Amino acid sequence: MNNQRSFFFNVDWVTVFIYLALCTIGWFNIRAAVFDAGHPGIIDFKTDYSKQFWYIVVAISVAIVILLLESRFITALSPAFYGITMLLLMLVLVVGRDVGGNRAWISLGGGVRLQPAEFAKFTTCLLLARYLSGPNIRVSELRSLLIAAAIIGFPMFLILLQPDMGSTLVFYSLIFVLYREGLSPYYLVISALFIILFLTSILFSPLYVIAVISVVTLLVVLLLRKNKRLVVTMLTGLAICVAFVLSVKFIYNHVLQPHQKVRIDIVIGIKSDLRGKGYNVNQSKIAIGSGKFWGKGYLHGTQTQYSFVPAQSTDFIFCTVGEEWGFAGSIVVLGLYLFLILRIIFIAERQRSPFSRIYGYGVASVIFFHVMINIATTIGLAPVIGIPLPFISYGGSSLLSFTMLLFVLLKLDSNRMGIV
Amino acid sequence: MNSFFERRYVIAGIFITIIIILLARLFYIQIIDDRYAIYASNNVRRLIIHNPARGPILDRNGKVLVQNVPFYDIMVTPKQVKPFDTVEFCKLLGIDRAAFDKQWVKAVKYSPYLPSVFEKQLSVTTYASLQERLSEFPGFYSSTRYLRIYPDSVAAQFLGFIGEVQDKDIKRSGGYYHPGDYIGVTGVEKSYESVLKGQRGVENSMVDSRGKSKGKYANGVYDTAAVAGQRLTSSLDITIQKLGEKLMKNKVGSIVAIEPSTGEILAFVSSPTYDPNLMVGRERGNNAAKMYEDAYSPMLIRPIQAYYPPGSSFKPLDALIALQEGIITPQTTYFCPHYYLAGNHKVACEHFDGITDLRKGIAMSCNTYFCNVFDRLMNKNGSKNTRPTFVTWRGDVNKFGFGVKLDVDLPNERRGNVPTPLYYDKTYGANHWRSNTIISLAIGQGELLATPLQMANVECTIANHGYYYRPHLIKAIGDKPITKAEYTQRNYVGIDSQYFEPVIDGMQRVVDNGTAAAARIPGIVMCGKTGTAQNPHGKSNSIFVAFAPRDHPKIAIAVIVENAGYGAAYAAPIASYIVEKYLTGNITKPKDEVDYIMDKNLLPDSDEYRPKVRVKTTAKDTLKKPKQTIPAKKGELRSASRRNKKDTSTKYLAAQVMHKEDE
Repeated sequence: MNNQRSFFFNVDWVTVFIYLALCTIGWFNIRAAVFDAGHPGIIDFKTDYSKQFWYIVVAISVAIVILLLESRFITALSPAFYGITMLLLMLVLVVGRDVGGNRAWISLGGGVRLQPAEFAKFTTCLLLARYLSGPNIRVSELRSLLIAAAIIGFPMFLILLQPDMGSTLVFYSLIFVLYREGLSPYYLVISALFIILFLTSILFSPLYVIAVISVVTLLVVLLLRKNKRLVVTMLTGLAICVAFVLSVKFIYNHVLQPHQKVRIDIVIGIKSDLRGKGYNVNQSKIAIGSGKFWGKGYLHGTQTQYSFVPAQSTDFIFCTVGEEWGFAGSIVVLGLYLFLILRIIFIAERQRSPFSRIYGYGVASVIFFHVMINIATTIGLAPVIGIPLPFISYGGSSLLSFTMLLFVLLKLDSNRMGIV
Repeated sequence: MNSFFERRYVIAGIFITIIIILLARLFYIQIIDDRYAIYASNNVRRLIIHNPARGPILDRNGKVLVQNVPFYDIMVTPKQVKPFDTVEFCKLLGIDRAAFDKQWVKAVKYSPYLPSVFEKQLSVTTYASLQERLSEFPGFYSSTRYLRIYPDSVAAQFLGFIGEVQDKDIKRSGGYYHPGDYIGVTGVEKSYESVLKGQRGVENSMVDSRGKSKGKYANGVYDTAAVAGQRLTSSLDITIQKLGEKLMKNKVGSIVAIEPSTGEILAFVSSPTYDPNLMVGRERGNNAAKMYEDAYSPMLIRPIQAYYPPGSSFKPLDALIALQEGIITPQTTYFCPHYYLAGNHKVACEHFDGITDLRKGIAMSCNTYFCNVFDRLMNKNGSKNTRPTFVTWRGDVNKFGFGVKLDVDLPNERRGNVPTPLYYDKTYGANHWRSNTIISLAIGQGELLATPLQMANVECTIANHGYYYRPHLIKAIGDKPITKAEYTQRNYVGIDSQYFEPVIDGMQRVVDNGTAAAARIPGIVMCGKTGTAQNPHGKSNSIFVAFAPRDHPKIAIAVIVENAGYGAAYAAPIASYIVEKYLTGNITKPKDEVDYIMDKNLLPDSDEYRPKVRVKTTAKDTLKKPKQTIPAKKGELRSASRRNKKDTSTKYLAAQVMHKEDE
């Protein structure tokens, strides 16, 4: 089992199969989204689908290389990988190409562009795993927690400067990793609470929101008034919440950029701007909604074929699935993702080494967050923040970084009996 | 393993829950909510409307009155345009560079991807030179449209015109019409709109997000082809219609000719007329405005809308009613002392006719004779019973079509006026009017008003010895003759046929050696009656009604020329030319005589001319209102205007009663 040459026997073939299935689904849907009868070629590198074909070929090659690497090499060089991507993230702010308002890409020539933020997710997971798996590191301790937060927060800060809100938020999903490693569940609850407070304060008058949370808190305090400590905590929490609610309007009006405000407005239904800012989401909903149960058939989606949804091969690729393959296709794709994520958790939990486990949770969290936000966006449940659908969306950087993310885990897993 | 092992379930639980929420939402928008499928089809589906050519209208012999000519709009899709020789292109289109630039900017502003009209309504000749070379200018192409064209510029009021649909038309049609569509506004165009318009063709095409065409929607199963409107064959005879319009040039008045054996209208002249081609094309709006401003109201459809006192042409009706009632016989004579004494007022008679019988009375148009007849008729039940007697008489007159609509197949027909007893009650007080009070009715004056169509229809009745067919203008739709029951049903007027002979004798004498001897046509026995109706605003109106030939009549006619004096002066010769032209194909009268009538300008001074009726109270009419106020000289006029308050659209000018009527 410990034989490095027998790694093919130890690789988790179930995950590899799901990976290949998603890449294949992705390629066919990209082909549908940008189908051009004038360029049917797959290998001529002229269309998105022929490019994606080559990206898949490269990604699989990289996957094989990763599987052939020494596990030790990966863990040992985690800080170096992290450092390189951080440098790239800084570099992109200087030499980055401005595409769609974001300085996110470094041009490599020949039409190939590199998006460092995609790789930062991967290297951050590695370094976080490396740090947390170290001796005497306990997330419940403030010092460790702060260092872990700094590892996550630094790339977030750099990406926010691009500015790329979507990729920044992805890092927040690593809270699941911290939670798994012992972070107090209150952080999760508080995170959820603050998201709810943020949205309700925009939707309703802050006074109503304060009134509701005050009443709820006071009722709880009244019931549990014998526990003095809890009462104090509750009241402190209430004070913080009230302060937060009062500051939301300010943040919303003065900190967020106008286009981000509009996107949030559209999701929570304050605004409907179907021709302007809300056009994408509306057309995307039309595409998916018109697919009905069995879809319109491959290459027969009118929304897809007649380019009603912008960015359809990248962030809105799920429209093609929903329109041409219908609810049936949507279930298959979401089912594959769910299965993949649960499989990754399963793999993570069977690791002996904390590094592998922590890294596995990082992989699961990042993929899950991408899937959740991307699909929620296409059906109007989340604001448009522009993050790709793993393995399916068009894009070399995205595909390559997700492949590396996943296959490093598979490599670690194939070697799980060894001690890293 | 560490102490937080169980947290894997919490994390997995959160992931599963959120994926299920996404699936639930997908289930909702994909399966439950049907709106998105409709939105998607609205996105890609574009209806292209193919407007059908409107049906042409022919005369009774198949000659074209109105048809369609193709015109060409040059369209442009700016994104498809490639560099080209603009100078050459402008030359071909016949526009200058400035106009080109203006249109180009407009087209690009409208949409770089969608076609828009670059140059409108190119004539066939311009298009012919452009057509061969259009392929040198990619992005430009032509689109065919049909416009109405009137090759002989004839029968404007009869044909009517079409105009863009109004909002109310669209609403009433239940969405059939779209803005920009054309609809018949007046005349035959309006009354036969449903037949003429044809069937619109619909093509369902697919477009992409930029509006670029992507072929047929659903393989064309929802497409329908355009069906051209049906051809109408009218009863009009273009030869006499044209002749009539020429003869009525520079005159105000009307000619209506009807075939008595069918009720088909042969001529329908309303003068002054206008060139119907003016109501088509780019200058339409300006031309229409000018015509609405015109003091002589060329838009008025005089044959069915203008009111005239029938004057002496009414006398045959007096005779027929009296004969039927047994009041007189053809041999009844009255002595004509040059006047008729109605109470203390004299109704003058132009002639000293001496002892006059019925035939002579008609032939010489003796006022005295018919005043006597009318007086006896009104007093047949005693003078105290004038009112019920008058009601009976009114009913008899209505049967001839006076005072009622004849329901001709044209919109906005008016019914004329036969005064009601109520009207006299109001004017003179109940029971304060007798035959002498209303004696002017005997000579077709007073409050009696008729349209030219009604007058011609009475001649049909006389020609047919007692019945008429409903007058109509359209004989056939497509290849199918119209066989409506109401067109073949005889409308009897309640006079036995035997009573017609003496009256017709008298009418024949009118033409042979009576008041209209000048209108004799060699070889044709024409029976007629002149009328010279009082016109309070100037010279009398010249009226002539007739039918010919006496046996098996082929044409009945009414001619009214306003301000032209005696009936015999203009109306009678005009009628004779038309009748002769219709029956024999030519006119035997010397050409200079005909030309004299044609060239004669009898237009009244436009400042003084007041139209006989006001058709509609439009803004323009309101402006003219002060001019139309009639000086109320007499009591009946005042009460007439009182009455008109109830019915402002039928404002008419009652001629003065108790005034002489001559011939």
